[in-house]
Amino acid sequence: MIAIIAYDTGNTRNVKKAMDFLSIPNTLSADSGVISNADGLILPGVGAFGKAVEALKERELIPVIKQAAKKGTPILGICLGMQLLFDRSFEFGETAGLGLIPGEVVAIPENLGVKVPHMGWDQNQVTQSDPIANGFDQQSTYFVHSYYVKTQPQYILAESDYGVKIPSIVRNQNVIGMQFHPEKSGRIGLNGLAAFKELVSNGNYSRN
Amino acid sequence: MLAKRIIPCLDVDHGRVKKGVNFVHLTDVGDPVAIAAAYEKQGADELVFLDITATNEKRPAIVDTIEKVAGQVFMPLTVGGGIHSVDDMQRLLKAGADKVAVNSAAVRDPSLISEGAEKFGAQCIVLAIDSKWDPEKQRYTVYVNGGREATDLDVIEWAKQGVAAGAGELMVTSMDKDGTKSGFDIPLYQALTAAVRVPIIASGGCGKISDFNDVFKQTDVDAALAASVFHFGEFTIPDVKAALKQDGVTVR
Repeated sequence: MIAIIAYDTGNTRNVKKAMDFLSIPNTLSADSGVISNADGLILPGVGAFGKAVEALKERELIPVIKQAAKKGTPILGICLGMQLLFDRSFEFGETAGLGLIPGEVVAIPENLGVKVPHMGWDQNQVTQSDPIANGFDQQSTYFVHSYYVKTQPQYILAESDYGVKIPSIVRNQNVIGMQFHPEKSGRIGLNGLAAFKELVSNGNYSRN
Repeated sequence: MLAKRIIPCLDVDHGRVKKGVNFVHLTDVGDPVAIAAAYEKQGADELVFLDITATNEKRPAIVDTIEKVAGQVFMPLTVGGGIHSVDDMQRLLKAGADKVAVNSAAVRDPSLISEGAEKFGAQCIVLAIDSKWDPEKQRYTVYVNGGREATDLDVIEWAKQGVAAGAGELMVTSMDKDGTKSGFDIPLYQALTAAVRVPIIASGGCGKISDFNDVFKQTDVDAALAASVFHFGEFTIPDVKAALKQDGVTVR
């Protein structure tokens, strides 16, 4: 069973709808027992970083998610949920994240002649071959964000060029993030969710 | 580089797509789910649902429509028409809409934009504007109530105000062009894109494929919306995208 972490954020139900459409067993939950025992976790997220961290804290979910990551449970963060996987964000002041992938979240520079937020369909270039990312190479997905992740190339599987190179798929062993919305990116996006399900079913990604 | 978006617009009345859609064989030409799925297959980048249901008590129909579409079609969905409150927005977003478009109600009470943006994020709030050129005053005037009533607002000024209040996108319909099939209102979008930095959806006037090339080559709009040309199969979204691609416009 894959648990979609429910913590008062916008797109949880659309992620659930996509999983249901794919007939992937899933549950929306904020219960620490359910989350601890899940075979895989999805951390959705729309909105501001600080508020999201607060909502996770209120539900006492931060240690639960960290523990699950440590024991090797595959985790997929989507959009803001991906950003939460990193060390810290500078959106409305500095806020600590989950620290599951090294890196930080910074604003997309406004002086590049691009509009911010980065909103719409943009293309992905795969930078490291990986079953999670390969289906997205040269494919467009739906992005909506004003902040992006700065991290080491070793954690970047795919990126999108928006004046700056925006990491669009990241991975640190069992912890995966997608900056775009796979649940809003048509068949290509659904394939990405299905690839995550495959990893949950087959993978053993325990950390050493 | 973001792809320029091509957006079909569906008029929904009591949960049914008005006049229907005939570009492919559908057993039910008014079924929003079947139509949305057909457009997804064509490569539409987003769908706009305009709720034209006249009476307030029937409003839940659109929520139900969005709930159903969002369970079968996985692309950005925008809903407009009859949104008067943050509660209206919340119901639609919860049902699966990604953005809500406000029009007349925002003119009456601009705080609707800021309250919505604060609660759901600016990217959720689209300000829809109906524009008509006033030759006497030499400016574009904002119209409300489905284009029936003029206001004293200048379109460019209202656009700036709306963005300052938190609108993340503008969907601007040229009433001068709407229904004429003579092309998008190029000067209007040139003025708008020079005035604000948020994405703009051009709407009204599209009659042929090259109208899309013109609006994307001559203005900095991010998206173009059309209804009848797509619904009646005069040409398809792949036709439009092929023509744009040939012209060097980035499309998905």
